[in-house]
Amino acid sequence: MGELAAEKHVQYILSVEKKKDSFESVVMEHLRMNGAYWGLTTLDLLGKLHTVDVDQIVSWIIKCQHDSGGFGGNIGHDPHILYTLSAVQVLALFDKLDVLDIEKVSNYVVGLQNEDGSFSGDMWGEVDTRFSYIAICCLSLIHRLDKINVEKAVNYIVSCKNLDGGFGCTPGGESHAGQIFCCVGALAITGSLHRIDKDLLGWWLCERQVKNGGLNGRPEKLPDVCYSWWVLSSLIMIDRVHWIDKRKLVKFILDCQDMENGGISDRPDDAVDVYHTYFGVAGLSLLEYPGLKAIDPAYALPVDVVNRMFIGRKLKKEF
Amino acid sequence: MASSDEENRQWIPFQQRPEWSDVTPIAQDDGPNPVVPIAYKDNFVETMDYFRALYQADERSPRALGLTTEAILLNPGNYTVWHFRRLILDALGADLHRELDFTETIANGNSKNYQLWHHRRWIAEKLGTNATSKELEFTKKILSLDAKHYHAWSHRQWVLEALGGWENELYYCDELLEEDIFNNSAWNQRYFVITRSPILGGLKAMRASEVNYTVKAIVAYPENESSWRYLRGLYKDDDHMWVNDPQVSSVCSKVLSAKHNFVFALSTLLDLMCHGFQPSQEFRDAVDALGTPDSDERGSDLATTVCSVLERVDPIRVNYWRWRKSKLFQAV
Repeated sequence: MGELAAEKHVQYILSVEKKKDSFESVVMEHLRMNGAYWGLTTLDLLGKLHTVDVDQIVSWIIKCQHDSGGFGGNIGHDPHILYTLSAVQVLALFDKLDVLDIEKVSNYVVGLQNEDGSFSGDMWGEVDTRFSYIAICCLSLIHRLDKINVEKAVNYIVSCKNLDGGFGCTPGGESHAGQIFCCVGALAITGSLHRIDKDLLGWWLCERQVKNGGLNGRPEKLPDVCYSWWVLSSLIMIDRVHWIDKRKLVKFILDCQDMENGGISDRPDDAVDVYHTYFGVAGLSLLEYPGLKAIDPAYALPVDVVNRMFIGRKLKKEF
Repeated sequence: MASSDEENRQWIPFQQRPEWSDVTPIAQDDGPNPVVPIAYKDNFVETMDYFRALYQADERSPRALGLTTEAILLNPGNYTVWHFRRLILDALGADLHRELDFTETIANGNSKNYQLWHHRRWIAEKLGTNATSKELEFTKKILSLDAKHYHAWSHRQWVLEALGGWENELYYCDELLEEDIFNNSAWNQRYFVITRSPILGGLKAMRASEVNYTVKAIVAYPENESSWRYLRGLYKDDDHMWVNDPQVSSVCSKVLSAKHNFVFALSTLLDLMCHGFQPSQEFRDAVDALGTPDSDERGSDLATTVCSVLERVDPIRVNYWRWRKSKLFQAV
């Protein structure tokens, strides 16, 4: 089995920032905020976050914020809850949440909750359990979960539970590992994991592991490194991760590395990108691969960052 | 509108188009020393510079609509461009049926794009039931290329619930499952139809015929995870009926005695026993025939043997089956 080419991946991520004229750059322009989250979190897991210029990044993030409190994917782009969470997560990585007007950001997110407890992604109203997770994760990170109707939010998520124990994007939608992560993550953050049938969901999730060790997102689909995050984090949150063959999964992820130029792809021998590099490294972190910082399966941030936000805060309050 | 003629035509820079001479393009502000400085292709840069100019001026005009068409063709993922396009469509009172055609053009390029589907739903919401058949046809077309397309299924479910059109949906599921019995999306849609269609009478009314259908599917392909889970779903909230329906135990027995692709049959048998099912000698013989258990397990109860066989034939999930076995002892 090969090893994690950590140094190469650091170089790859730093190089993506400088790449000219690439197709990836063009299609990434509008979701640069997500790209920043994927790239910077990966650097932090690899212990290299200090190599970037914090002030530059923070001032760029602030420029992406709108009067509504929400963030766009880049300067001049419309706000959306997707980019708002990434902005909050990146600021959390740098311990810079104090630059935010917390009430303003939380008001934006709170305003996206619908009567049935679900969340829209923006003013146009697209509803999806992804947005439930994003809203709950974001509000929790800024300590404003009390501003939404948590009970209704949880009930909506539970209404998207299927006969196989999994969750879909809306009630009746097919179970999909990405959606399952969102629903389990939101239920974990709100202390509602007891609403899940853990044994049934755990079995469905471990059925996602295929012969080569990789995980797929739905029955009969091809394995993909991104599910090393979605499936694995869900299994950890419901305490069933020992049901899969971890050694085989580690091998699958390592086989997806570009050993020459760094980066990780969806499957062995495909082209690498930042998204899969993040999910590969984050997956290995969940698998306790040596040399990587531990990542929190619900907040998708390094454990030390999450501890700093919650434990640190309690201490401050006491004094 | 993007006709193939237009696509084939040489791209003319906006600076050279007389109808755009009054607009001053606005360059992307990446901030000082950007985190991810990006160099774009020239036509993309120029199109977006003009887009920013019109967006900032909030110009909701026919030429602005044309500009969003070009920008979307260059990058259908740009969320702000779609958003502005909807404002323009509203302001111009544009023909929304033509807009449906436009989204179809985009879908031909890349249909895995949240903006596209969201835009499509926005249009369909405005058109109401006038859009029902067109939307069902559109998703059918996408699903004919990728039968597990998550966005298409999600849109189709929304259409059925919001606009109707349930009449042929179960038949459509039949068709897709005939093409690929392993298509989990189609099984999911089938469950959606039998539990939610206002014309079929719900799960209880559909159960008998659905059990027949599913049992046939299982016997044909016993390695199919989807059909087994569907069968279980047919007895949702009625474990007693599930345990006591001879059709369920007999399909397990049938698959086990064929000694081929029997993992789900064994796991279903295990679930049944955990819920109180009393297996006959026939089951014991069928399980014993699957392989000699370890000497220390000879004579142990059937559920333990089932777990042992599963540990052996499904080694990647050996820990799951061991856990199932340990739970049997806890129950005793």
